[in-house]
Amino acid sequence: MDTAVRELSYSQAIQEAMAIALEADERVILMGEDIGVYGGAFQVTGDLIERFGPERVIDTPISELGGAGVAVGAAVTGLRPIFEFQFSDFATLAMEQIVNQAAKMRYMLGGAVSVPLVMRFPAGSGTGAAAQHSQSLEAWLGHVPGLKVIQPSTPHDVKGMLLAAVADPDPVMIFEHKLLYKMKGPVPEGHYTVPIGKAAIRRDGKDLTIVATSIMVHKALEAAETLAGEGIDIEVVDLRSIRPLDRETIIASVKKTSRLLCVYEGVKTLGIGAEISATIAESEAFDYLDAPIVRLGGSETPIPYNPELEKAAVPQVPDIVAAARDLVSGVR
Amino acid sequence: MAAPSLAADTRDTKNLPFLYRHYPREELLGALRRMHLIRKFEEGAEESYMRGLIHGTMHLSIGQEASAVGICLPLTREDQITSTHRGHGHCIAKGAEVKRMFAEFFGKTTGYCGGRGGSMHIADVSTGNLGANGIVGGGIPIAVGAALTAKRLNTGKVVVSFFGDGANNEGAFHEALNMAAVWKLPVVFVCENNKYGMSTSTERSTAVPNIADRAAAYAMPGVIVDGNDLSAVAQASHEAVERARRGEGPSLIECKTYRYRGHSKSDRNRYRTKDEIDEWMANRDPIERYEAELSAFGIATAEELEAVREAVRAEIAAGIDFAKESPAPVVADLADYVYTEQN
Repeated sequence: MDTAVRELSYSQAIQEAMAIALEADERVILMGEDIGVYGGAFQVTGDLIERFGPERVIDTPISELGGAGVAVGAAVTGLRPIFEFQFSDFATLAMEQIVNQAAKMRYMLGGAVSVPLVMRFPAGSGTGAAAQHSQSLEAWLGHVPGLKVIQPSTPHDVKGMLLAAVADPDPVMIFEHKLLYKMKGPVPEGHYTVPIGKAAIRRDGKDLTIVATSIMVHKALEAAETLAGEGIDIEVVDLRSIRPLDRETIIASVKKTSRLLCVYEGVKTLGIGAEISATIAESEAFDYLDAPIVRLGGSETPIPYNPELEKAAVPQVPDIVAAARDLVSGVR
Repeated sequence: MAAPSLAADTRDTKNLPFLYRHYPREELLGALRRMHLIRKFEEGAEESYMRGLIHGTMHLSIGQEASAVGICLPLTREDQITSTHRGHGHCIAKGAEVKRMFAEFFGKTTGYCGGRGGSMHIADVSTGNLGANGIVGGGIPIAVGAALTAKRLNTGKVVVSFFGDGANNEGAFHEALNMAAVWKLPVVFVCENNKYGMSTSTERSTAVPNIADRAAAYAMPGVIVDGNDLSAVAQASHEAVERARRGEGPSLIECKTYRYRGHSKSDRNRYRTKDEIDEWMANRDPIERYEAELSAFGIATAEELEAVREAVRAEIAAGIDFAKESPAPVVADLADYVYTEQN
């Protein structure tokens, strides 16, 4: 079998990246709840404990705040921790260490230290886990200078971006949509990196730019295929990183298409869509707009349990199709 | 700050307290110098604040000097500490230079944090101080992480986490002590119990009579010491640091002490009596007690003690001059240090 076209799932790609990092650098450790023999709540760490042992694949007690703080302290003093939150929602328990310590320590100390810390956050809805296990909190952390916040959308990118994060001297927060874990795609063998802070154009088009994050990239691509049958040619930009934000790629795309639709799973208001919209409003691309900017984001509710309600709480393909069609046809 | 060694001089020390048996005269005088340096630094900072030379706020540890110095005595330069919002003493005790601390308080580029941190984030990583912390309890898990590094990389370092009595009711305290014990990490937890978390007394905030009682919940030794007795503090620290260095895990030391000044510059002292403050200042001052011992044990004459004070006064004056004369940061550099690789 040709290794170049080898396919892995998103979670396998993460596990492979962590194994490469552990193999390459003694300073790399994994920390998290039930990441050892259990293999992680989503089986992302899998059997890594058997290869690298409990001294490097460390089960923490259920202590998100303390665990995050231990990871910060370890990072500052010479280790390279990769810390897994069982669910991104549990970041709320550790906000103190993430926001006040990890993000600010280098600045507060005038550059005397770096915090080479990677944190992984299984995020998003669609698993029937209801309001406390389904949130998309990436914009919260994206608001904090000192952090880098990324949302890889493919197995290829998650491996390359995780390896870039491990090599990064500053704290990198990786939001992994849980529904992507089983998604398969081509993943090169060995070590490679995908740069943090660069968006990717997943589909070229001339009529409308959709800027999407994480799983919404796939929904946007599906919508674009549907609309291609109607003669609507959509460009899909996969943001990949929300801090730093690749403003250049967004601006260039909107200058080309003259229309912008933002699609993301986090709550719509005060979220990523606002930042993308403002980026265009503040740029030379504003003069190119032929229609108002439209945002499709999560509903102004907690994520509900009932599956139909749950689907209705975040953008779905038909929502994207309808919004894109309206934008291009001038209904908006 | 060198590793402790038995006194080489000819004094008959066998009936003296731990400190005097364990450290040579020059280190005993060095400890006195550091205690004075802490007090005079804070008095100098307070005066500069009153004169409008320093802005923001500050939390003074005047009255707690024996705790900072005694705990740091057994530490090497490579050992590490995490500190608190009341952290000037820890920084000096671990070996920082007061001139660069003053420069930081004055917001200058020559300060330890390039003027980005101020009093509340004072740090000197080069002498092992990973930083004061504006969040109560914030440094405790970070110290455990530093100890994890020490164990994992086999560096032989010990980490001390200073915190106040207020921190013992933060979740971070409990989570961190538990992990340190479970993983047997080389860390010493030092609670400086000055009786009040801002205005709330430990009687009103804490269910156990002593913070050290909490150690039982994490299966580690819990030791209570008179935090104003330098020898008692140094002995407790020595035992805990040696235990940590032997790989036997963490300890919790509670230094019972008192801050003479208010919590911060906004404090009107309405939660405690003047009599209480006066009693501590008159009868239990850590520096006066230590000087009295040095005299009584024949270690230093009155003239020698005064020479230490005089040298400290000169160092403080020079430090303030250095801070005043140092350049301020330029606004164009506002975003320096947010990320390691800029742009």
